[in-house]
Amino acid sequence: MKHAFLAVIALILIAWLGSLVGLDYLFGVVFPYLAFAIFLGGFIYRVINWAKSPVPFRIPTTSGQEKSLDWVKQDKLDCPATFWQVVGRMLLEVFAFRSLFKNTKAEIHDGPKLVYGSSKWLWLFGLAFHYCFLIIVLRHMRLFLNPVPAFIGKIEFFDGLFQIGVPVLYQTDLIFVGAVTFLFLRRVLIPQVKYISFAADYFPLFLIFAIAATGILMRYFIRVDIVSIKQLTVGLATFSPAISGDIGSLFYIHLFLVSALLVYFPFSKLMHLGGVFLSPTRNLANNNRMVRHVNPWNDPSIKPHSYAAYEDEFRQFMADADIPLEKELEPEPEPEPAAEEAPAAGAAAETPKPAADAAAETPAEKE
Amino acid sequence: MADTKVDQMSVNVVKEPSMMTGAIPRKEWLDTTVTFKPGNYCYPAKKSIVEYLDKGLPGLFGVPREWTVESDDWKLPENWVEIILQGMRERLDKFRSFKVFMDICVRCGACADKCHFFLGTGDPKNMPVLRAELLRSVYRGNFTKAGKILGSIARGREMTFEVLKEWFMYFYQCTECRRCSVFCPYGIDTAEITMMARELLHLVGVGTNWILEPAANSNRTGNHLGLQPHTFKQNAEFLLDDIEEVTGVRLNSLNFNRKGAEVLFVIPSADVFAEPGIFTFMGYLLIFEHIGLDYTISTYSSEGGNFGSFTNNELMKKLNGKMYAEAKRLGVKWILGGECGHMWRVVHQYMETMNGPPDNLEVPRSPITGTVFENAAAAKMVHISEFTADLIKHNKLKIDKSRNDHRVVTFHDSCNPSRGMGMLEEPRYILQNVCNNFYEMPENTIREQTFCCGSGTGLNTGEIMDLRMRGGLPRANAVKYVEEKHGVNMLSCICAIDRATLLALMEYWNPNVGVCGISELVGNALIMDGEKERDQDLRFEELLGAGQAGESGNNEEGE
Repeated sequence: MKHAFLAVIALILIAWLGSLVGLDYLFGVVFPYLAFAIFLGGFIYRVINWAKSPVPFRIPTTSGQEKSLDWVKQDKLDCPATFWQVVGRMLLEVFAFRSLFKNTKAEIHDGPKLVYGSSKWLWLFGLAFHYCFLIIVLRHMRLFLNPVPAFIGKIEFFDGLFQIGVPVLYQTDLIFVGAVTFLFLRRVLIPQVKYISFAADYFPLFLIFAIAATGILMRYFIRVDIVSIKQLTVGLATFSPAISGDIGSLFYIHLFLVSALLVYFPFSKLMHLGGVFLSPTRNLANNNRMVRHVNPWNDPSIKPHSYAAYEDEFRQFMADADIPLEKELEPEPEPEPAAEEAPAAGAAAETPKPAADAAAETPAEKE
Repeated sequence: MADTKVDQMSVNVVKEPSMMTGAIPRKEWLDTTVTFKPGNYCYPAKKSIVEYLDKGLPGLFGVPREWTVESDDWKLPENWVEIILQGMRERLDKFRSFKVFMDICVRCGACADKCHFFLGTGDPKNMPVLRAELLRSVYRGNFTKAGKILGSIARGREMTFEVLKEWFMYFYQCTECRRCSVFCPYGIDTAEITMMARELLHLVGVGTNWILEPAANSNRTGNHLGLQPHTFKQNAEFLLDDIEEVTGVRLNSLNFNRKGAEVLFVIPSADVFAEPGIFTFMGYLLIFEHIGLDYTISTYSSEGGNFGSFTNNELMKKLNGKMYAEAKRLGVKWILGGECGHMWRVVHQYMETMNGPPDNLEVPRSPITGTVFENAAAAKMVHISEFTADLIKHNKLKIDKSRNDHRVVTFHDSCNPSRGMGMLEEPRYILQNVCNNFYEMPENTIREQTFCCGSGTGLNTGEIMDLRMRGGLPRANAVKYVEEKHGVNMLSCICAIDRATLLALMEYWNPNVGVCGISELVGNALIMDGEKERDQDLRFEELLGAGQAGESGNNEEGE
C-alpha cells in the first residue's frame, strides 16, 4: 500500500514541479498524446494477444438448467444454449454485474453451523463506481467537442438535478468519491481482502481518488481558467494543440494523473474491462453436446489403449467368462496373459465378488 | 476414519485461529511456506505407475522415480524450473482461459468464502483468489514487465522449490468444483487454473498415486479399479442374485461386449464394485429390464470416470477415447452414461471436441418413448437421468412410490453436472416421481451453488481424511440442517465419487444419513413384471409397512 501511495504522491509532485518550471507544453500536450497512444495501442495489443490463444474447449460455467428435454425449462441467461442467449448473459454480466449480484457471505458459528447471507454491498458500490466513472468521462467530452452535443447537456442536467450550490453539484462526483472510498476501505478493513491486496490493487484506487479530488477542487473550490482549458482540450482533440494563458498547476496535476491512468491501464488488472468479454466460462454457449467445437491443436495421434491390445492381454480370461471375442483363442492356449505391461495387477483386479467396504475409495491401499 | 475425532473437529473449525474464525495472519502470504506432515498430503505416484503412463504419453509425467513428499529432495530433474516455465509458456499459448485468467483478476475477494476448503480450513491460501495467485505470482515474475522489474512489490516471484511445494499442497486442496467461478464477475474459473497447475506439476514428475494408479488401471483394464474383464462381469452378475432375492425376478438382459446392441451403457466402474454404488447399478439394470432396452456394457470401456482429467488434457483424451472407439467397434447407435460427476464434465464439455466426431453413431433416440435427444445431437451420449426422466414423463415406468417411504430424501447436486453441464431439474423430477419424501437443502448449498463433497478430483484417498472432512463440512452441514428439520435420512446424488466420499462424510458428520444414487430409488420403486411381493429394498432393508405396500401403491404410475 505504501508503495502505491508514494507513487501517486510522486506523480502529483512531478506534475506540480513541471508546471512550476513552465513545462506546460510537455504536460499539457506531449504527455496526454503519448498516454492516449499508449492506452489505445496497449489496449488493442492486449486484446489481440489474448485472442491469439485459442479456446480449445467449450467450458462455460453453467449456472442454471441446461437445454435438454422439451418440457424441462431451460435457464436461458445462466445457461445459454444459443448465440443470442450468450449475448443476454454477457450484457447482464457487463452492464449489471450479474455474477457479483449473487454474492453471499459465509460465517461459521458454534455447532459447527455455517450460515450464508446475501451480500450486495460490493455489487452496489462496484456498480456505482463504474457507472459514475462512465458518466464523468461522458461529461468531460464537453471539453473536447465543439459544439457540445445535446446529450452531454442532458447528462449534466440530470446529474445536477438537485440544483445544490453554485456551480451545481453533480451527484456522480459525490457518489464516485464515496464508491472509491468504499472500495478502498473494504480492502483495508476486511481481513480476507486486505490479505490478498497489494500495490497493484491500491495504486489504481489512489490514482483515481487523486484524479477525482483534483477535478472536484477545480470545479467547486479553486477556480481555474476554464476558457484556456477548453482551448487546450479542443486543440488536443483537433490535433492543433495550443496553450494560452496561465491555466494553473492544479489542472496540470489532474491531466498528468489522467495520463498516468491511461498509460497504466493496458498493463494492469484494469484490463478486466477488455478481458471480461473474452472469458470462456461466460462467453460460450452451453451447447457442447449439440454442436461440435473444434480444438485447433487437437492431437489425433493420442489414441486410446486399443481394444486389440486389451483383448490380447485378457483373451483367455474373456473366453473363460464367455465374453465375446474378436479373435478366437489359438487352439494351443497361450501361456499366461502378458503381465509385463501391468502397472499393478493388484488384489483388486482379482477380487472375485463385490467386497463392499473396500470400495472404490482406496485402490492405493489394495497393494 | 479421520485422525481427529468429530467432537474435537467441531470445536476446531469454529475456535481455532483461522481466517474463517477472524484471526489475521501475521505474515504476508508470500513470506509463508508450507510444511508437509502426515495427513496433509497425498502419497506420490509409484515409480511403476509413472513408467507405465510414460510409455503411452512420453514426457508428460516426469521422470519415474521413488520420492517422498516430506523430504527436501524430490529428486526433480535438474532443469525442472525451466520445464515448468516452458510448460507455462506453452499453455498460455494454448489456452485463452489460462492467459485471460492470469491477467484480469482484480482481487475483489468475492470468491474468497465460496470455497468449501476455505470454509472448512480457514487457510487463506484456500481462498480461490489466493490459490490462483500462487500461480499468478510466478506468471507475473516471469512473463510480465511489471513483475520482472518490480519483483515482490508487484507480487511477482521466481519459481523455487518452496513455490513448487506450495503448488503441490494447494492445487491438491482444490477439487475443480467451479463454485467460485459462479460468483466471479469475470468468470475466472479456479478449476482451469488448478488444471494448468496440475499439468505443470506432472511435467516435473509431481503427481499422486491415488490419481495416477486408477488412471493407469483405466487405461489397461478399462476401469480404475483394475478389474479384469472376467472379474468385472462376475461382479456385475453377482448383483443379479441380489436383485432376484429382493424382487423375485431374474433379470436376463445383462450382457457384455455384445455387437449390434442399440445402446452402449457406460458407468463409473465403482457401481459394480462398491456399496452404495452397487445398489445404483441394480437400479440401472431394473430400469433397462423394465423397458426392454437393447443395451450392452463393455468391459473394455468399463469406466466412465476419467482420472486423466485430474492430470492433463492428454491423458483425459486418451482415456475418454475408449468410449467412441468401443461404440464404433460394437456398432451401437448411441451411448448412455451412468451417474457420475466428473465423467459428465468430460463427456459434456470435452469428449466430442477431443475424440469426435462420432460419425458412426446416430442422434440418440429413446426406443421406448421416441424422444430424440437433440441436446446430444453431436456428442451422441445421453445421461441416465435425462433418459429416465423422459421415461417417467411418458408414463413408461410402473412406479410404486411408497416403496421409498422409509427414506426421507434430499438431493446433492454434484459439482460437475451442475456447473459443468447444467443438469439440475432431471434428477429432481425423477426424485419427485419415485419417492414421497423429498426435501431440498438450503438454497445457497444446492443447484449451481452446490457444495463439493470435499474429495473430488482424486482427493478421496485415506491419507488426508481430516482435510476431506473439513472440505466436506459445508455439504455435511447443509445435510444436517435438513436432517434436523425434516428428518432426512438419505442423501441422494448422481456421482460415483460422491457415493464413496459422501458415505465417509456422513459417517463422520451425520452418522444417521445414508447415501444413494438416484437410480437406486428408481429401482426400489419399479414394479417389475412377475415380481414377488416386495418387503425389502435393494439393500435388503425392510420397507415401511412391509406387507401392505402392494395394496396401496400398485396403481401409481408416473404422473
